[in-house]
Amino acid sequence: MSFTSISELINLALNENLPVAEVIIRNESEALGTKREALLEEMQDRINIMRSSMEKGLKEAQYSPSGLTDAKAYNYEKWRIKNDDSIYAKVIARALAVAEVNACMGRIVAAPTAGSCGILPAVLLTYADEYGLEERLVESFFTAGAIGVIIAKNASISGAEGGCQAECGSASAMAAAGLVELEKLSPKLIDTAVSLSLQNVLGLVCDPVAGLVEVPCVTRNVLCSVNALSCFSMVKAGLKTPIPADETVKAMKQVGDSLPETLKETAKGGIASTSAAKKIACEIFAKKA
Amino acid sequence: MRRDGEITVFDIIGPVMIGPSSSHTAGATRLGNLACAILGERPQKARIGLHGSFRDTGQGHGTDKAVVAGLLGFKPDDERIPNSFDLKGDLEVEFFDPELDGSTHPNTVVFVLTGTKETITIKGSSIGGGRVIVDKIDNFPVELSGDYPALLTVHKDRPGIIQSVSEILARYQVNIAFMKVYRLSKGKEALMLIETDQQVPATAQKEILAKKDINWVRFVDKISL
Repeated sequence: MSFTSISELINLALNENLPVAEVIIRNESEALGTKREALLEEMQDRINIMRSSMEKGLKEAQYSPSGLTDAKAYNYEKWRIKNDDSIYAKVIARALAVAEVNACMGRIVAAPTAGSCGILPAVLLTYADEYGLEERLVESFFTAGAIGVIIAKNASISGAEGGCQAECGSASAMAAAGLVELEKLSPKLIDTAVSLSLQNVLGLVCDPVAGLVEVPCVTRNVLCSVNALSCFSMVKAGLKTPIPADETVKAMKQVGDSLPETLKETAKGGIASTSAAKKIACEIFAKKA
Repeated sequence: MRRDGEITVFDIIGPVMIGPSSSHTAGATRLGNLACAILGERPQKARIGLHGSFRDTGQGHGTDKAVVAGLLGFKPDDERIPNSFDLKGDLEVEFFDPELDGSTHPNTVVFVLTGTKETITIKGSSIGGGRVIVDKIDNFPVELSGDYPALLTVHKDRPGIIQSVSEILARYQVNIAFMKVYRLSKGKEALMLIETDQQVPATAQKEILAKKDINWVRFVDKISL
């Protein structure tokens, strides 16, 4: 994809009076030499895989070899069905489900990474299901993906490079943008949705216990899913932010660069350096030896 | 990602993979795929040395299962990856500490693979998002990503060899995308790595191997993410 800034992408969509997704599909089709239909089909396949991992995590209790993943999605869903029918609770259950399937060596679609793979399916699939917008899901994933590409070009989508803000944070911004596309709102709102959702998670560190993609990664998928939904709700209500999305992305890069190595996937800081976490890590290593 | 560094939407909404980590699981599987392709057959014996984060968090991430799955030819999205140890049949697997120095990429694996004809040592790293680089084959430094079909030759370092190989490829309508020659010292053995846009047919490989001073030829197909 040739776009390097969010404003460039949005302006082109506005000038041509097209949804952002259309601009991206056209651009990708030219860049890859692939027919439009084939691109749409490929995206639909990936969405179908996301749905399978979601269903697996909700229906089958997921336990990982380390013991850190302990069927949170399964248990939450059981509780949710009796107690909470809100879209927020559904999003929480599904974010947990996909993230746990990932932790337990199940099949997932990285979006943008494996560690943050629960966010896009939880937000976009749940919202589409809830409001009957399935026919625009593919488009919404193209828009979400394009935001991810632009973030990857200008900042990072890797926890080792930019902390959790770069992985789950980027996914949150992508999901918020995807919701704007799903509802076919003005492309301008994508800018606000991305900026707001990234602002909310700036500084989020990557501190996995024992270096495994489980604690706190699985529940951070929940945080960033709910953040996307909340920011989209604010955007839909007409709330604004004075900071353009491209500048927020730059700020994320700067924050990522200033984070110490201990907070960038090395398992040497944050939650990973608590005594409880160190004890867990020791036990896992002992099991190995 | 394309070779020119251009990122596509499917790099971001993807790859489809077995979790939990694109570097530790998907990348590890691809390294196994590449190593197996460099040997040219499914190995009978594999000594596997995990280094750095691959060694330290490998078990929790299933890196050990993923590399073995890769050697069995499973792709990064194959749901059999978690059970690769049970499915390895008569493949003998032994893990060892490769004792690499601190400057080595943290997600590195060394394979010592034995097939029906030869034993080859292959070193590679998982560099993020499932992307990999094989940077050593026996004593030759290389740079093989698996993003393109590739032809590898080991030949005597003398004038005319490269031309004779490219002439055969041209005849088979195989276009060369990237090419590099690595030699240990002048006039001795050299390794040539040619990344192509098309597959190199078996007959072309045979013709190349039949050339004087070309001692080893291997075609390593692209391993998509």
